Amino acid sequence: MNKTDVLIIGAGPTGLFCAHQLGIIGLNCEIVDNLDKAGGQCIELYPDKPIYDIPAVPECTGEELTNNLLQQIKPFNIKFHLNERIEEIKKEENRWHVKSSGGVEFDVAAIVIAGGVGSFEPRKFPLKDCEKFEGNSLFYSIKDKSLFKDKTISIFGGGDSALDWAIELSNTSKVNLIHRRDGFSGVDASVQKVKELNDQGKLNLFTKYQIDSVTGYKNIESVKIKHDEGEIKEIKCDYVLGFFGLIMQLGPILDWGLNINKKTVQVNTENFETNINGIFAIGDICSYPGKLKLILSGFHEGALAARGCFKYAKPDEKLRFEFTTTSKAAQERLGIKK
Amino acid sequence: MAKITYHTHDNKTHTVDVQNGLTVMEGAIQNDIPGIDADCGGGMACATCHVYVNEEWLNKLSTKEDGEEDMLDMAFEPKNNSRLSCQLIVSDELDGLEVNIPSKQG
Repeated sequence: MNKTDVLIIGAGPTGLFCAHQLGIIGLNCEIVDNLDKAGGQCIELYPDKPIYDIPAVPECTGEELTNNLLQQIKPFNIKFHLNERIEEIKKEENRWHVKSSGGVEFDVAAIVIAGGVGSFEPRKFPLKDCEKFEGNSLFYSIKDKSLFKDKTISIFGGGDSALDWAIELSNTSKVNLIHRRDGFSGVDASVQKVKELNDQGKLNLFTKYQIDSVTGYKNIESVKIKHDEGEIKEIKCDYVLGFFGLIMQLGPILDWGLNINKKTVQVNTENFETNINGIFAIGDICSYPGKLKLILSGFHEGALAARGCFKYAKPDEKLRFEFTTTSKAAQERLGIKK
Repeated sequence: MAKITYHTHDNKTHTVDVQNGLTVMEGAIQNDIPGIDADCGGGMACATCHVYVNEEWLNKLSTKEDGEEDMLDMAFEPKNNSRLSCQLIVSDELDGLEVNIPSKQG
């Protein structure tokens, strides 16, 4: 059991800055995220794309912003729980008991949901038949590549994941790479490599084809792919891999009794508390009149939510407003030596 | 101002007036037309505002910018007439545009 003052759900910029604000006012927190790294949409959707509207930062990338935020909260030694999705929350007296997908448990005074547009999940094939093979012969990510040794694999997609795995697996497996158009979104060097491997017969590339059907009894035996012009090909294979990026799903948050409207959680604008006492929501996931889905708005919301958490974490103390420029307590928490 | 018609997957038709300068995605969101999620808010970063454009309109629309086709790779069942509705900016020329919203966005 991890006991702390506040649990932040979501390690995007809003969640990270809220952790900073909690640290400044002397509260401890831990952060959970479904991805394998901090940064949220900034890292997953646009790590290299520039952002121009962070106050006092004329230009930075999603990755730079994330690294700076991580740097800023370093003094607080915050514990991260990555690759974990929060599944269950339960109120016990004045505390919240929270459980994650991997069985990590938390005992906290308050919860801050900074979950963006939901947790990132792999985008799946449109075919219903694919579901029954998922996890045994159809995958959306690779945990153990030895499974594919000497087998025939059909990989779908045109981004870096599809290209990288096609190249990598072509060393030990028979690889078919199927993509819906001639162009690829992956980096040029990988595209060139795939084309070379195709010319050398070390990989079979099918462009302008999409999945049409999968057949098999317990495991996949073959896939049918359909060309833009309508022609259908059947390919025998042992495994199918789909790499179509990630989609955001609200997931278990829907079942917690929060006021949810159009995939967002309603909050008040005084401290960004939801309809449930002790649960706050900030960033893209919250809604209120005038809400702007900007990172800078998430920072403001996080600052106020952190202060809203105080009365739950330290009910007998009074929070005094202070500036970091002059507050000895805040500077001590930041580890500043004079 | 342009009249835009959205055909949703439940075979319903929604025809609404959308102001010039807004996107076809915003037209759907503001009028509560279901099926367009627009998770990223119009940043061409998520492919959840994917629509199929009626064939006769395909050549009348602005050409795809770099990145839209890449994002469409990620869309649910992309076709030749697929577009991201956040990239279609409404003007008088789009009056009468019809788009079909796929059965789901992910």
